[in-house]
Amino acid sequence: MKIYLLTDFGSTYTKVTAVDIDSAKIVAFAKAFTTIETDVRLGFDAAKNEIAAQIGHTDFAKSLAASSAAGGLKMVSSGLVPDLTAKASRLAAASAGAKVVKTYAYELTEAESAEILATAPDIMLLTGGIDGGNKKVLLHNARVIAAVPANFSVIIAGNRSAAAQAAQILQEGGKNTVVCENVMPQFGKLNILPAKAAIRDLFIANIITAKGLDGVQEIMDAEIIPTPLAVFEACELLSRGSDGEEGLGELMAYDLGGATTDAYSMADGSPKIPNAFINGITEPFAKRTVEGDVGMRYSLGALYDLILEGNADAFYQEYGISRDDVSKWLEICAADPGILPMGEYEKYSDVDSAFAAEALRISAARHAGFNEKVYTPAGEMHSQSGKDLTQARYVIGSGGAVINAPNPRAIMANTAYAPRDGNALKPLRPTMLLDVQNCLAAMGLLSRFHPRAALQIMKNSFKEV
Amino acid sequence: MAEIGKIEDVAIVAPAYDEEEDVITLVLGVIGADVHAVGNKILNYTLTKAGFNVINLGVMVSQKEFVEAAIESDANAIIVSSMYGHGEIDCKGLREKCDEAGLYDILMYVGGNLVVGKQDFAQVEKVFLEMGFNRVYPPGTDPLVAIEHLRQDLAPS
Repeated sequence: MKIYLLTDFGSTYTKVTAVDIDSAKIVAFAKAFTTIETDVRLGFDAAKNEIAAQIGHTDFAKSLAASSAAGGLKMVSSGLVPDLTAKASRLAAASAGAKVVKTYAYELTEAESAEILATAPDIMLLTGGIDGGNKKVLLHNARVIAAVPANFSVIIAGNRSAAAQAAQILQEGGKNTVVCENVMPQFGKLNILPAKAAIRDLFIANIITAKGLDGVQEIMDAEIIPTPLAVFEACELLSRGSDGEEGLGELMAYDLGGATTDAYSMADGSPKIPNAFINGITEPFAKRTVEGDVGMRYSLGALYDLILEGNADAFYQEYGISRDDVSKWLEICAADPGILPMGEYEKYSDVDSAFAAEALRISAARHAGFNEKVYTPAGEMHSQSGKDLTQARYVIGSGGAVINAPNPRAIMANTAYAPRDGNALKPLRPTMLLDVQNCLAAMGLLSRFHPRAALQIMKNSFKEV
Repeated sequence: MAEIGKIEDVAIVAPAYDEEEDVITLVLGVIGADVHAVGNKILNYTLTKAGFNVINLGVMVSQKEFVEAAIESDANAIIVSSMYGHGEIDCKGLREKCDEAGLYDILMYVGGNLVVGKQDFAQVEKVFLEMGFNRVYPPGTDPLVAIEHLRQDLAPS
């Protein structure tokens, strides 16, 4: 037996999965409280000892880890035009596994600079202007950021004609600064991989230590990566396949967490109907979006605000829940984010499921593209913004609020197209799978060494609903 | 119509694109719900050959796309084509949107079948000049005319 230990340092729990590579099976799982305030190794050792007790030995071939502890990788990004470089900056940061708290466009204002100070990001991604294009915004924003009295790193991925000067301004302001290729070197052309790599390198070089993870980094056999990046890589592997093991093809995945909801699509988003053309930038095959205002505990209040913006009465009616119970559940979750709708709180199970369903609906709407009809002398045409995901064959649901719900299918249904979604390009008839063993992040880690085993484990452990 | 053969006569004044030089950047496109692609391809070809850095948005381009492309690329001019007769409706407000976006000095040229039917071109030109365009061209204008105007209008003073 060749056992790999795969650890996910979460904000609350340190989860350790033990995998036997030869048989491609999960052989043990344990979790302990994350002990980042004292020594993160304490929680890790507790979980590891439990694994050793379960399998009867401590002979581990490799130990790999991902982390979203201590707030995860918190980022803000900025660009020039909202639908162009600002959007590209957000896509780049999200695909690197960051929690993108906010994306700014145009010249940063004093109020926004104060907001960035309050956000206290780990990294800011500064973009704007295509190569040879607008220089003003990058230089202005570099000056604003240089003056923010906080210690965070800045990655410049904007107009290359202004990048060196912007870097100098930031360095003079005492900011650790990295310059990489423009996220949009030519008009409408995305180039997010260099920025993604720069974020990963900074995470490894600086953030791991800043988050108090250097102690566990020493005992790992590879660099610790952000947990969403591990999930991203698991989804990519699951879609594309590896080493003769076929993947599932085009798919989507949702990770419904306490603070954020992450959506992933591994699909060619080009138009699937005739007479359609893409408006704006062509989004990448592998895409992640992260919603900081959609979550089941820390962001439950923000999620409720979003629901209230829509038709709140329809929300209570559709899920058969009362306004009183919703208010009470919000209070209970705010007081104790670790709470589960079980035992004495079981009567709030329907409310929790209703929130989970709405969380997926909102995240899906923000992730998928949409179509608009345009009438031209050449007949009816469709102007498509974002990705067409109608043909995605699978949607995978992950996170306790989905997999532990009494009726996960009802929650997951919101990830597929329904007439009320109007012109949204969501999957039409996907097969719904649940990550019941919560193994996505662990398999993302494993995929770096044994992609075939990781793929087999995912395919075998997901449960259709 | 301009003869396609004439394209070869266009002088190459600069390598295709080098941001270190003071290259002139143009945003080119066919406005509105207009799908006439041939003229757009000819303009893209001739303008690029003439040494301009052309951001070609192709057909069916909204005012918003023209403005946003001009912002990101720090363009010197917006070159609008309209072939299907709805030019007046489609172009109205473009200058104001540029002003709003801070593109105060940007040149705006427009050409094509700008209105329906056989109307007096002087009248058509007046309408589009009042709309804030700097140059207005009737159908069949040789692209070289516009290239010459661009060089004049953007010559360092």
